[in-house]
Amino acid sequence: MTIKDIFQSMDYGPAPENAGDALAWIIDQGARFGHFINGDWTVPSDDFPSLNPANGETLAKLSQATPDDIDAAVAAARKAQTPWAKLGGHGRARHLYAIARLLQKHARLFAVLETLDNGKPIRESRDIDVPLAQRHFYYHAGMAELMESECPDREALGVCGQIIPWNFPLLMLAWKIAPALAMGNTVVLKPAEQTSLTALLFADICQQAGLPKGVVNIVTGDGTVGEMIVAHEGIDKIAFTGSTEVGRKIRAATAGSGKALTLELGGKSPFIVFEDADIDSAIEGLVDAIWFNQGEVCCAGSRLLVQEGIAERFHRKLKARMANLRLGNPLDKCIDVGAVIDATQLSRVAEMVESCTEGETYRANLEMPAEGHFYPPTLITGLSPSSRLMQEEIFGPVLVSATFRTPAEAVALANNTRYGLAASVWSENINLALGIAPQLVAGVVWINGSNMFDAAAGFGGLRESGYGREGGWEGLAAYTKPKGKAKPLAPVAGFKGKGASEDALDRTAKLYIGGKQARPDGGYSRAIYGRSGNLLGQAPLANRKDLRNAVEAARGAKGWSGMSGHQRAQVLYYIAENLSAREGEFAHRINAMTGGRSGAKEVETSIRRLFAAAAWADKYDGHIHGVPIRGVALAQKEPVGVIAALCPDDAPLLGLVSVMAPAVAMGNRVILAASEPFPLAATDFYQVLETSDVPGGVVNILTGAHKDLAAPMAGHLDIDAVWSFSSTDLSAEIERESAGNLKRTWVNNAMARDWSEDHTRSFLEASTEVKNIWIPYGE
Amino acid sequence: MTTTTLSDTTHQLPQTIEPRNPGMPLDLDWVRRAQANTSAIERRVAALPGRRSVKKDYQAAWLCKAISCIDLTTLSGDDTPGRVTRLCAKARQPVRPDLLAALGMEGLTVGAVCVYHEMVAPAVAALQGSGIPVAAVSTGFPAGLSPFNLRLAEIGASVEAGAEEIDIVISRRHVLTGDWQALYDEMRAFRDACGDAHVKAILATGELGSLRNVARASLVCMMAGADFIKTSTGKESVNATLPVTLVMIRAIRDYFERTGYRIGYKPAGGISKAKDALTYLSLIKEELGHRWLQPDLFRFGASSLLGDIERQLEHHVTGHYSASYRHPIG
Repeated sequence: MTIKDIFQSMDYGPAPENAGDALAWIIDQGARFGHFINGDWTVPSDDFPSLNPANGETLAKLSQATPDDIDAAVAAARKAQTPWAKLGGHGRARHLYAIARLLQKHARLFAVLETLDNGKPIRESRDIDVPLAQRHFYYHAGMAELMESECPDREALGVCGQIIPWNFPLLMLAWKIAPALAMGNTVVLKPAEQTSLTALLFADICQQAGLPKGVVNIVTGDGTVGEMIVAHEGIDKIAFTGSTEVGRKIRAATAGSGKALTLELGGKSPFIVFEDADIDSAIEGLVDAIWFNQGEVCCAGSRLLVQEGIAERFHRKLKARMANLRLGNPLDKCIDVGAVIDATQLSRVAEMVESCTEGETYRANLEMPAEGHFYPPTLITGLSPSSRLMQEEIFGPVLVSATFRTPAEAVALANNTRYGLAASVWSENINLALGIAPQLVAGVVWINGSNMFDAAAGFGGLRESGYGREGGWEGLAAYTKPKGKAKPLAPVAGFKGKGASEDALDRTAKLYIGGKQARPDGGYSRAIYGRSGNLLGQAPLANRKDLRNAVEAARGAKGWSGMSGHQRAQVLYYIAENLSAREGEFAHRINAMTGGRSGAKEVETSIRRLFAAAAWADKYDGHIHGVPIRGVALAQKEPVGVIAALCPDDAPLLGLVSVMAPAVAMGNRVILAASEPFPLAATDFYQVLETSDVPGGVVNILTGAHKDLAAPMAGHLDIDAVWSFSSTDLSAEIERESAGNLKRTWVNNAMARDWSEDHTRSFLEASTEVKNIWIPYGE
Repeated sequence: MTTTTLSDTTHQLPQTIEPRNPGMPLDLDWVRRAQANTSAIERRVAALPGRRSVKKDYQAAWLCKAISCIDLTTLSGDDTPGRVTRLCAKARQPVRPDLLAALGMEGLTVGAVCVYHEMVAPAVAALQGSGIPVAAVSTGFPAGLSPFNLRLAEIGASVEAGAEEIDIVISRRHVLTGDWQALYDEMRAFRDACGDAHVKAILATGELGSLRNVARASLVCMMAGADFIKTSTGKESVNATLPVTLVMIRAIRDYFERTGYRIGYKPAGGISKAKDALTYLSLIKEELGHRWLQPDLFRFGASSLLGDIERQLEHHVTGHYSASYRHPIG
C-alpha cells in the first residue's frame, strides 16, 4: 500500500509492540523455570509449557511443584515470618517501596511479558494491569508504615498460601502479596499454570529488591499444587481468587483447620442503564465492562439490563459500537480484544453460547485471526432471568441482555443471582443512581462507570462471589488477626437432676420466632436443672423446621435494615431499660442455672453491651476513599443480612446479648441458638424483647442442642452468615456446610472468649460488609 | 449539481458530494433529552490514544490527511492583503515539494483558508484556480454581540466577496439561558443569509458552561440547518478539546441516524501538534466512521499545526528529526 492508498483508506495499519526484550529475558533465564523458594531457584523439571494464547507458541517450560517443594516453601516462609514481622512497619515499607519502584522501572517488560503469556491486549497490560500492580505496592508500603500506629491491636496471621487466576496474573499477585507483606505475613504464592511468567519475573524483582529470603515464595503448577497448599498444615491463611466452584472446594477442604480464608470468586454483574443515561457513554462503559480482557473478568458487567423505552435504540447503537472493536494480535497497540487464555476456555465459551436457544445472538463481523484462541465479541438480547446465560458466568466476551420497566424491577432483576460481586448503574439523575446503589447486592458499585479499580478502595463480593476485601483499610482485616492468644474452650455442661419445679405455677418456655412465642415443631422439650438437681423448667428442642421458620421471619423483617441507626439505637436502649427493670430476676435465673453467683454482674454487663451497641448504631461510619478519579469511592458499611449464631454456653445472658446487640445495631436480623446448657435466660429474655418495640423477626431465639442446629444453619441457603461460640466444637461442620452458598462463617475453633471483656468492635466488623460505591462527578 | 468521487482530488467542496442539510423543525424533546456525562466522556478520550496508534507509512498518510483537512487560518487585527496572500501560497503548497514527491502525495493542499471579511477578497484572488475555498468568520466574530441586522449583513457581504464558507458565531446567551427557540431562529436566519455558501456554526464551547449544553446547542444548530458545527473561535480561553469533540460528534452521529444528513465537524483552536491531529482523526474514525475523514466533513481550524506536521513528514522521509526553518512559512 502506498501512502496515497492509505490516504484514501485511512486504515490503522500494524502497530506492534516489540517483544524482543521480554523474549530475551525468558532466554536469559534458560527458558525453563524452577520454583522460587527461600530466595533461590529450584532446579527446573520441565513438566509443562507456558504457551502464548495468541499463537500457541511455547514461551518457556515450567515445573510442577511436588509435596517436597511445598514443604520447603512453607518452611522457608515460616522461618522468615517472625523476623519479617519484627522488622517493623517502616522496615517493611522500605521493601515494599523498593518493589514498587522496580515494578515501575521494568514496567514495559512486565507488560509485554504479560501480554505474551496471557493474550490480553498490550494496551491493557501497559495502561491498566502493570500501573495498578505498582499502585498496590506503593499503597501498601504506606499501610506497612502506618500499621503500628493505626492497627495497634492487630498482628500478622503468619504464613499465607495464595492461589491466583490466569486473567490478571501480575495484578492478582500484587493484590495478594502487597497487603500480606505489609502486615508482616510471608507468602507462598501459586500463579495459574497458564500464566506463571510475570510471577517468576516478580521473583526476580524480589531478589533485586533485596527482599529477605523466604518472605515471598513462588511455586508453579496446576490445581493439584493448589490443593497441596490448601491442605498444608503449616499455612495459616488461604487467599484464593478464581472460580466459585473451586472456592467452594477450598471452603470445604479447609473446614475446621483453623486457617483463615478469603475468597474472590465469580460474578454475573449487572450493568443497569436507565432511560435518562448518557447512552453513548453507557455503551462505551459496556466496552470497558465486558470487552475488557476478553470478558475474562470476575466483575465483568456481563448482564445488561436496559430500560424498555430505550432498549431498541440502545441495542442498535451497541451493535454499531461492537463493529468498531478490533480483535487480533494482542501485541498490536490498536487491538481492543485479544486472545482467550486457552483452548479449554475457548470451547467452554463457545459451548455456552451455542447452547443458548433463546433470544437473538449478534456477533460483530470482525476479522478473525487465522491462529490462536480468539472469540468474537457477542451480544445476546431478549433473554429472561430464567435463561441459563442470564445466571451462569461465561467468562468470555459475551454480553447477555434483558429489559426492565421500573427502578424497582431493575433492582429485582439485578439481584436475581447467586453472585454479588459488582454492578454498574447509569443515570444522569443523582437521586436515582444514589438510591439504587445501596439496594444492589454487590461488593462494588460503579455509578456511570465500570471496572474502576484502585488500591485505596476495597474489592470483593457478597453471596457466592466470595468474602473478604482486597485493597483499602477494609482489606487489612484479611491479613491480620487480633493480638493475643486464645485459650481452649472446655465443653460446658448443665446440671443433671430430677424432681419437680419449685415455681408455684408452671412457666412454659417457648421458642421466639417472628415476634411470637412458638412451640417447637418436633414437640420435644428438655428439662433444665439447677446445681442441686432441682428442676428449673423445660426448654424446647428446636429442629430444622423451627430454624426454617425463624429464617423466614428474619428474611421478612427487612424493614429493620432500612431503619436509621438512630432508630435502631432507640430500640437497643429500650431493651436495656427493660432488662434493667428485671435485673434481679435475671440475676437469679443465671445463678440458678449456672450454680454461680455472678448473675448480677452478668446482667449489668449485658446492659453495658446493649448501651455500647446502641452507641455504635449511628457511629460505625464508612470511609470516603481517596481514589485517583475526580469523584469519590464511598466505602459504605452495610448489614450482612440474616445471621444465625450459636451463642456462648458459658454466659447464658451476656453471651447472647454480646452476639445479638452489635448485629442488630448494624441492621442485621438474627437467629440465636441460646446457651445449650443454660437456655432459660434466653427464653426469659424474649419477654424483654416483646416489651421493647423490637419488630417481629429481627431477633429470633431457638433453644436446643447446638450440634443439631449447626448443620441446618450452615447449610441453609437463605442465611448470610453463621457464627459459632458454642462450647461444642462445631467449627469444622459449620465451615464445611457453609460451602453450599458460601455464607460467611465466624467460628471459635474450640477456643474460649472472655465475655466479660468488650468484643463489640469485632462483632461490628463481622456484622457488616463494606460496599464501595464509586461516584465520578463533574458537569 | 455535479458529483465527483472521493478519490478524484484531495480537497472537495461539500456541496459536490453530500446533499446539503436542509434542517428540520426544532425538536425540543430531543434537545432536552440529550445527555453528556463528563467523567465518562473524559475517560473515553483519555483512553483513546492508548487504544489506537498509527505508525510509519500509515502515520505519514494520516498526517497528509490532516493537512488536507486544515482550514489554514489567520484571524489577527494586523492581517494585511500581503500576509493573507502569503498564507494562501502556503495553502496551495503546504509541504515542501520534495517531501510530497517522496511521499507520493503531489498536489496535496489544505482544506480551506479562513480569514476575516476584509481579507476575503485578497484570499479569493490569491487562491484563484486552486480549488481551495475561502472561509470567512462572520456575524460579529468572535463575541457575536453586534446588532443582529449587521451580523446578517456581514454574511451577505462576505458571500458577495467570494467566501464559499461562512463561520458564524452563535449567541452564547441563548444557550446559557436555555432559550433554544432563540438559538434555532438565529441559526436559521444565518443559514438563510448564507445562500449557497456553507455555514459553520461556531458554538464557542468554552463559554457554554457544560458538555450537556454543548450537546444540546449542537443539535439545535443542526436542526436549524448548519452544514458544519465548530467548537470555538480560537479566542476563548478554552477552545477545542477532545471531550467537547466527542460530545459534538456524537450529536452529529445522532442527527445522521435520525435524518440521514451528514453534518461536518471542525475543532478549532489549541490543536498544534501532529500527535494531537492523529488522535482527533482516530476519534472521528471511531465515533463517526471513515466517511467523515474527508475535508467536506472534517476540518481542523489551526494556524500552527501545519508546521509540526511538516517536521514529522520530513522525519518520515529522511529518518532524521527536522527543524522548523527547513520549511517555508505561510
